[in-house]
Amino acid sequence: MFKPLVVAVALALPVQAVCAAETPHLGKPPNPELLKAWDISIPPEGSGLPPGRGSVVEGAAIYEAQCVMCHGAAGAGQPADRLTGGIGSLTSPQPVKTVASYWPYATTLFDYIRRAMPISAPRSLTAPEVYALCAYLLSIDGIVPKSAVLDAKSLPKVKMPNRGGFINVWNSSSAESK
Amino acid sequence: MAGKKNSGPLHRRHILRAGLAGAGAAVSSGVVAADFVPAATQTPGKPMSTYGVPSPHEANVQRIVGAAYPVASPGTGSSRTPLHLLDGTITPAGLHFERHHNGIPDIDASTHRLLIHGLVTRALEFTVDELLRYPRTSRIAFIECAGNSGVNGAPQPPQTTAGAIHGLLSCSEWTGVKLGLLLDEAGIDSRAAWMIAEGSDAASLSRSIPLAQAREVGILALFQNGERLRPEQGYPLRLLMPGWEGNLNIKWLHRIKLTDGPVHARDETSKYSQLQPNGIARQFDLIMGAKSVIIRPSVGMTVPAAGFYEISGLAWSGHGRIAKVEVTMNGGQTWKEAELTGPVLPQATCRFRLPWEWDGKAALLQSRATDEKGNTQPTRAALMAQRAPGQIYHYNAIQSWQVMSDGAVRNVHV
Repeated sequence: MFKPLVVAVALALPVQAVCAAETPHLGKPPNPELLKAWDISIPPEGSGLPPGRGSVVEGAAIYEAQCVMCHGAAGAGQPADRLTGGIGSLTSPQPVKTVASYWPYATTLFDYIRRAMPISAPRSLTAPEVYALCAYLLSIDGIVPKSAVLDAKSLPKVKMPNRGGFINVWNSSSAESK
Repeated sequence: MAGKKNSGPLHRRHILRAGLAGAGAAVSSGVVAADFVPAATQTPGKPMSTYGVPSPHEANVQRIVGAAYPVASPGTGSSRTPLHLLDGTITPAGLHFERHHNGIPDIDASTHRLLIHGLVTRALEFTVDELLRYPRTSRIAFIECAGNSGVNGAPQPPQTTAGAIHGLLSCSEWTGVKLGLLLDEAGIDSRAAWMIAEGSDAASLSRSIPLAQAREVGILALFQNGERLRPEQGYPLRLLMPGWEGNLNIKWLHRIKLTDGPVHARDETSKYSQLQPNGIARQFDLIMGAKSVIIRPSVGMTVPAAGFYEISGLAWSGHGRIAKVEVTMNGGQTWKEAELTGPVLPQATCRFRLPWEWDGKAALLQSRATDEKGNTQPTRAALMAQRAPGQIYHYNAIQSWQVMSDGAVRNVHV
């Protein structure tokens, strides 16, 4: 009766050796400049926000030149997403989800504009231009004052009206329980 | 010579029908047995080809394209799998649904890089050639857009095909490298709990994904149904998270950043979150629910005559295997368990079939899937009660098809 056990132990050793060589380990350290250029994710606390600043007035001019044709006057929408208004509508029969009424963090606005807008030329806006667009869009609903100048310090501090409007259902229920 | 015989079989079939109608007239008019020999058996066929394409007689089997902004951004929108024109479970690569946020990038694999950084011991960069040297794994998995079937949330049920309603769902065999291998090679910092995956398209689409699950089930897919990914499916590299929201199966994957929390990207805040009637939105509801849909019959089809008809459709769940699919022909008064044909795999579509003896009267058909974890497809009313008006994501409610007495099919809300 001992024999199968001995065989199992004998087999286990070479199997372990194979496991150690399971992957060829070909990853190389990235060029630091490439890493810097690619890392464009901005979390709510604002880490990684670039230098520069932009005002409401500057943002209005950029919006008129590059955004209004898709997002309408003052972010009213059509043909593309409506960006402004709708605050307080989320419990109504016709919820209006906009940046102003729905988005929980201003950092998401910076992150998204910088990576994806304008749709005809994404990644073309400078950091000051993106700050300025954020300032302008948020000023339309009074989320920031008309005199606002946004930068890496002030943008994460902007309190979005729907900041408390989300529950993270992943954190509140583990995958296993489903 | 060949041209003369091209329409031969059809022509002769017409003669045959005419003959039957005319009670022996064909025989008396001198048609001989040789005329019934199919032309294709009398003429050498076409030569081999380097890459096969469907029969020209199946030219109608096409994705259903919906461009959101045809002028400003023709590459933004989706195309749906024509589920109603297919059978089995595997979607041909060329018919796999598409959802792009600013077009399909043209990527030369030799210039593509995958970067893994953030809360890791050592940031790493990989070329595609290097990734192709790693051990590979294969699995069959569906991908479903979280917006699939959302049009059924509208007050008036859309009178359109099963593909047009439910076709943001496709199923393929995917082959690639286990994500965990590369994450472990980079070394996961103990503070890391999420990862951000990002594509190298003109949207730089990014999503946050819980790290432990990504490490466990994530695949860096390089092949689909045996061949390298199609450009519209993320060539040369896409993330596969079997059973998770389609949107986070990032195509053209070029960056993975390990973080302590989600980044709250636009596609996980503004989009793909579910507003409830109380004004609070459910965020990071990431796994696609148990779901099924009867595809034969569905809108656009006709049940041809009273008598035998095979009902069939697809069932799937992001939580695991489908355990059973029940079908009712009388609006839920009685349910019958359908046969699941073929292998029933986790996070994969399975085909269900049920023979039906139609009595020629109006019938209300529904299917209800239950997965191995006990998740059951909700009724439309139950699902809608949990959503604020107009909210379309994660719509997995029971589909109701009304078969009319003339055999036509209508989409109905019950």
